[in-house]
Amino acid sequence: MAKVLLEMKNITKTFPGVKALDNVNLKVEEGEIHALVGENGAGKSTLMNVLSGIYPYGTYEGDIVYNGEVCKFGKIKDSEEKGIVIIHQELALIPYMTIGENMFLGNERGKSAAIDWNETYGEADEYLKMVGLSESSRVLVKDIGTGKQQLVEIAKAMAKHAKLLILDEPTSSLNEKDSQALLDLMLKFKKEGMTSIIISHKLNEVAYVADKITVIRDGSTIETMDKHTTEISEDRIIKGMVGREITDRFPKRHNVKIGDVNMEVKNWTVHHPLYPERKVCDNVSIKVRKGEVVGISGLMGAGRTELAMSIFGQSYGTNISGQLYLDGKEVHLKTIKQAIKNKLAYVTEDRKGNGLVLTNPIRINTTLANLDSISPRMIIDKDKEYQVAEEYRGKLKTKCPSVEQNVGNLSGGNQQKVLLAKWMFADPNVLILDEPTRGIDVGAKYEIYCIINELVAAGKSVVMISSELPEVLGMSDRIYVMNEGRIAGELSAEEASQERIMSIIVSSGKGA
Amino acid sequence: MEKANVSAFLRKYTMIIALVLVVVFFSITTEGKILFPQNINNLISQNAYVFVLGTGMLLCILTGGNIDLSVGSVVCFAGAVGAMMMDKNVNVLAAILAMLVIGILIGMWQGFWIAYMKVPPFIATLAGMYAFRGFSNVVLQGMTVSVKSETFIKVFGGGADCYVPDFFGGEGFNMTCMLAGCIAVVILVAVQLKNRINNKSRGYETAPLGGTVAKLVIISAVILWVAYKLASHKGIPTSLIWILLVLLVYGYLTTKTRIGRYLYAVGGNEKATRLSGINTKKVYFIAYVNMGFLAALAGILTIARLTSSQPTYGQGYEMDAIGACFIGGASAYGGVGSVAGVVIGATLMGVINQGMSIMGMDVNYQKVVKGLVLLIAVAFDVLSKREKK
Repeated sequence: MAKVLLEMKNITKTFPGVKALDNVNLKVEEGEIHALVGENGAGKSTLMNVLSGIYPYGTYEGDIVYNGEVCKFGKIKDSEEKGIVIIHQELALIPYMTIGENMFLGNERGKSAAIDWNETYGEADEYLKMVGLSESSRVLVKDIGTGKQQLVEIAKAMAKHAKLLILDEPTSSLNEKDSQALLDLMLKFKKEGMTSIIISHKLNEVAYVADKITVIRDGSTIETMDKHTTEISEDRIIKGMVGREITDRFPKRHNVKIGDVNMEVKNWTVHHPLYPERKVCDNVSIKVRKGEVVGISGLMGAGRTELAMSIFGQSYGTNISGQLYLDGKEVHLKTIKQAIKNKLAYVTEDRKGNGLVLTNPIRINTTLANLDSISPRMIIDKDKEYQVAEEYRGKLKTKCPSVEQNVGNLSGGNQQKVLLAKWMFADPNVLILDEPTRGIDVGAKYEIYCIINELVAAGKSVVMISSELPEVLGMSDRIYVMNEGRIAGELSAEEASQERIMSIIVSSGKGA
Repeated sequence: MEKANVSAFLRKYTMIIALVLVVVFFSITTEGKILFPQNINNLISQNAYVFVLGTGMLLCILTGGNIDLSVGSVVCFAGAVGAMMMDKNVNVLAAILAMLVIGILIGMWQGFWIAYMKVPPFIATLAGMYAFRGFSNVVLQGMTVSVKSETFIKVFGGGADCYVPDFFGGEGFNMTCMLAGCIAVVILVAVQLKNRINNKSRGYETAPLGGTVAKLVIISAVILWVAYKLASHKGIPTSLIWILLVLLVYGYLTTKTRIGRYLYAVGGNEKATRLSGINTKKVYFIAYVNMGFLAALAGILTIARLTSSQPTYGQGYEMDAIGACFIGGASAYGGVGSVAGVVIGATLMGVINQGMSIMGMDVNYQKVVKGLVLLIAVAFDVLSKREKK
């Protein structure tokens, strides 16, 4: 048996209000590729951040034993000195610097007052050769593709003399060919004795490259599978990832009549705003009926948010084509104002970044999307505004001392309620809810589900985008599964299950 | 009061307390000279431009900490054009109108680049700062043009005789001024009382009675005291009328109207505002058009006070306006600030300026002190907010 390089023992990490990691154990042997899999938010990235010292020693419980000694990393530099190097999901390269400059950023060659550029570029070229890049290290990072940028990241890690390489979703922004090249590079490094941890959603890649697979779910390690002792199939991994039981976490809807089609989207294609040749949504067609909750499931980056925002007054994307029908009539919504006027609402997934003005009180946030209705002749009727805010506070049971409370001081669940109130006050017929329960506790989730039920009971339509499979299954009348910008499948509530959804995603990904 | 209350009180009224301390300090060091009626009068008329420009600057800063560096040059340019027109015997009213239109056009020009072309405000207005300084020189041909129109000077508070006439002809004591002060207090109290009764009857939250009364008493006392001081000099400087007009209009605009709400919202979270169906580009545009308009008004006040126009007028005005906003609690990130804050900030800077001048302090050291005050004020603001978290 090989030597154990890294052991993480009983790691527990709490954020205010949330236990992100609960007694996680991870054992990595020297010279293996170890995969971490789990749903979005299961705690994979948090675990790696603990390991690399981003969350310093003392902010978590448990021990990290590396190379036989207990480590107490206070910052990233500490873990890097030991040879633990993490490559994050979002590339951390500076576009307007050369490859060489990027590679030795914070690790400069020469003296601190006099950088030795010849040594820098000379060494950089050597590392580039190691990862199979033929570019000169004097090329600007912005001039090479994302696939090559990812390789530069790895070369940068090699320059830090990495012994344990951690890759967080390394292929999420790469195409098929670049992904394959990256995985083969990992296998090549393994032969040379490198140990790696890979975090990935793409189970086919995991099955291809990993020796061992550890499944993390809801902040706990569920199991570790060894390729050499057990047969690992994608179905087997999926079972581990989603294998939790659904109990009575979702309120039932009674006697909600499902009526005519309220919104229909046909052949909807959206291109990326910065790379117009890339299709973010590809020929998507969906429809929602009155009184219906339609779930859209899919992994991060499947194009769900982009679809919703492009429908919502073209707030995302370029070269948008396709037809949109609201209540049977075709509409062309060029601005968000038009979308709101046509009784469409989009409740963002990023409530702090895109949804609320945190420095303003609840009252002001509640009316922002429909200020016209309380400000005849441009003058705001503060009495009316106050009444509206109070009304929604009561309706949604928002917990706050008063509606004059700044939204930034509320808990996540209550912020989400204010955001919902804001869009309910805009009086839409169709609400697109993007991750409506992200990062809020179970009790608040239940209340949000109740609000969704009330909305459809009143004859409105709800499109719910969610990465949480149990939520999609528990709340939807019908489910669309999206993958890589396309609708990969449609399931009725009866036929849907976590395994079906995951296998639709996985099989459509392979076809591409 | 409990300890938490004390620190909350201190935080909320930091700048007012600072203002009081500064006034006390200069009262002692100048042996009370700073409180002479003549000096209070000067404080107002010399700083009229800071109040006007600061209010315009506030709207820009609200949209996200965006500043306008060109205002000093625009003040000079608008003033130069107006002075030239009056010098060529153009109708005074037409000249005033022309100045305001020029201000608005400049605002539209800069607003266009900032809002629609996405040129950073710092750059767009830096360009304006150079360009309009240059244009001013061209228009004036590098010379001083004096303003001779008596009506113009009187209306906009310049020259020696710049006071609202006393209708009662009191000997050495201006009754009109004192009466105006009393009326202002009565209106203030009546409005506050009405709001309070309204809120109570509708069951809304009201501030504790003691605090409100204390606040009203203090504000009323300050108004009456200033009115008394002015009355014992020559009365109400006409520039004060313009300052009050601007402050009241923009105080209302920022707190009670849709566009005011949008200014705060854009600065608080631009994306959320855009996704709420609000045309955020237009909000930026309006902020800069308005800045141009107020810069022109400040230009009018400036040439009236100095009864002339010179190519060097308005230099550094932009910094006074920006300083007043930040000292008055506006956030450098946008979304936070108020017209009342600008009043406090502008007054504080004005008092420090004047106090140091009366003390006979070297002008160069005065600048050092001003810089330090700005730094300390903003640093204090940042620190006190960090503490809250």
